[in-house]
Amino acid sequence: MKPNLRRLKEKVIEKAISLSGVISIVFVLLIFLFLLREGLALFRKEGVFAFLFGKNWYPISEPPQFGILPLVLGSLLVTGGAALISVPIGIAAALFIAEIAPPRLREIMKVGIELLAAIPSVVIGFIGMITLGPWLKNLFGIPTGLTALTGSVTLAFMAMPTIVSIAEDAITAVPRQYREAAIAMGATKWQTTWRIVARAARPGMLAAVMLGIGRVIGETMAVMMVTGNAARIPRSILEPVRTLTATVAAEMGETVQGGSHYAALFAIGIVLFVITFIINGVADYALHRSQH
Amino acid sequence: MNVKMIVYVMMLGFAIAAGGCSRKQSAANSLQIKGSDTMVNLGQAWAEAFMKIEPKISVAVTGGGSGTGIASLLAKTCDIAECSRELKAEEIALGKQKGFEPRQIIVALDGLAVIVHPANPVSRLTLGQLAQIFTGSIRDWKDVGGTPGPIVVLSREVNSGTHVYFKEHVLRRGKVDGKEEFAPDALLLPSSQAIADEVAQNPAAIGYYGMGYVTSKQKAVAVALDAAAPYVEPTIANVLAKTYPISRPLLFVTHGQPQGPVDRFIDFVLSPEGQKIVSRLDFVPVKP
Repeated sequence: MKPNLRRLKEKVIEKAISLSGVISIVFVLLIFLFLLREGLALFRKEGVFAFLFGKNWYPISEPPQFGILPLVLGSLLVTGGAALISVPIGIAAALFIAEIAPPRLREIMKVGIELLAAIPSVVIGFIGMITLGPWLKNLFGIPTGLTALTGSVTLAFMAMPTIVSIAEDAITAVPRQYREAAIAMGATKWQTTWRIVARAARPGMLAAVMLGIGRVIGETMAVMMVTGNAARIPRSILEPVRTLTATVAAEMGETVQGGSHYAALFAIGIVLFVITFIINGVADYALHRSQH
Repeated sequence: MNVKMIVYVMMLGFAIAAGGCSRKQSAANSLQIKGSDTMVNLGQAWAEAFMKIEPKISVAVTGGGSGTGIASLLAKTCDIAECSRELKAEEIALGKQKGFEPRQIIVALDGLAVIVHPANPVSRLTLGQLAQIFTGSIRDWKDVGGTPGPIVVLSREVNSGTHVYFKEHVLRRGKVDGKEEFAPDALLLPSSQAIADEVAQNPAAIGYYGMGYVTSKQKAVAVALDAAAPYVEPTIANVLAKTYPISRPLLFVTHGQPQGPVDRFIDFVLSPEGQKIVSRLDFVPVKP
């Protein structure tokens, strides 16, 4: 009786765990199907080309114009800028924490970075709007501080904790023997860190970077507060931009369910989904390649 | 076995989705009011005063924009939509489709102030100049008598009734088939407060919002219908006298003829006491 009961218990737990796994996949599928159902109507009505490469976003005019090229470029510009800032600093910080910092400093820095991750995005956006924006405006002598660069710097702060903590884990996971072997061969501390440890941890660091970028491209609130939201094709990073996410967030409340504006916002959702899918795909490919 | 499990999970998913869709009918003694950001403070003040008289009725007021309020009224998730523009024909048609005639009640008037930084030498503009600035055909302050430098145009987001009103009455001068649009490089900010903050610290900026939001950190410009007409300041007296060119009605929209608590609340809002709150918040009462 008893062994039977135990087996039953094990079976229940096993099923519960696999159920959780299945649920997450089903939810992703359901979300994607829902996006397709609501958004595809727009492609039929406006045409994929006019939607993706149209230069004007005037969703509530008569007749409305749904061209998301300025929004896509806005998102890419802000994300690219944020990556340029956060990736080198994040990786360097991770190397410092894992390899160089004395244990006490390491603990302090780890806690500090976790705290950075805990700040709500709306607070970071608020700080960006009130302090960073005016500062950049004076620094570059530009007409307004609400620009793509302001968004990039703000988002770099939000991507940094993800990049640092995951990259740091990857570096710490490099076997101790690698370091010992390198030192025994006469390598200096720096040679060991850069040529051996950083190289061995590369797949993990790449995953860290991709997760950081994923966080940035999906971020909405902070971006909406600091980038100015002008739907125009940006010519430089010192101009206001409107991102895909900010557009959906700002306009969703107003749309009539089933209308073409509503469908257009869902179509933007599909575009975002595809972009993150590509980013994940590239990361996955690179990970597998570097493992061989 | 696995297939069965997937079916179970799918059913669970659909059940949750279906549950989320079922509409909440608000309880008899609670009022949900939603809509215009311009009116949210006003609605709040009315609600507080009203709940003192009728403690059994609880009134909740939220913003989000006129469009948001109407979408919510149509979905029956609120009882009153606050709206700073008149309803569009298609919105009325949608209401009829859902089985009610949206009823619009004017509860106050509002003057839209055009605001600049206090240090900006420009203190008066015509409607024509405003239209040119906001559509982007005038791009430098020197063209309207200011210090040379680019104009930073600030607007509300498209879900705002103020955005729609400004486009229809200033950019398009009331022409129904007008094609004028906000300049594509106009910054669209999510709230009146965001515009107030940006104008307060940027001498090159120009924006607009309900005159109740103007503080000493911004300067409201006087506006004239055209160069020959007198320039008029956005004050309560001028809106009442209908001499200020950019003023508009503020509306409540309900599901058909207001009843029960909705009706009692609207009665209160239109009472002398309710209209006193309107003037206290720098809007203009309908019944002076």
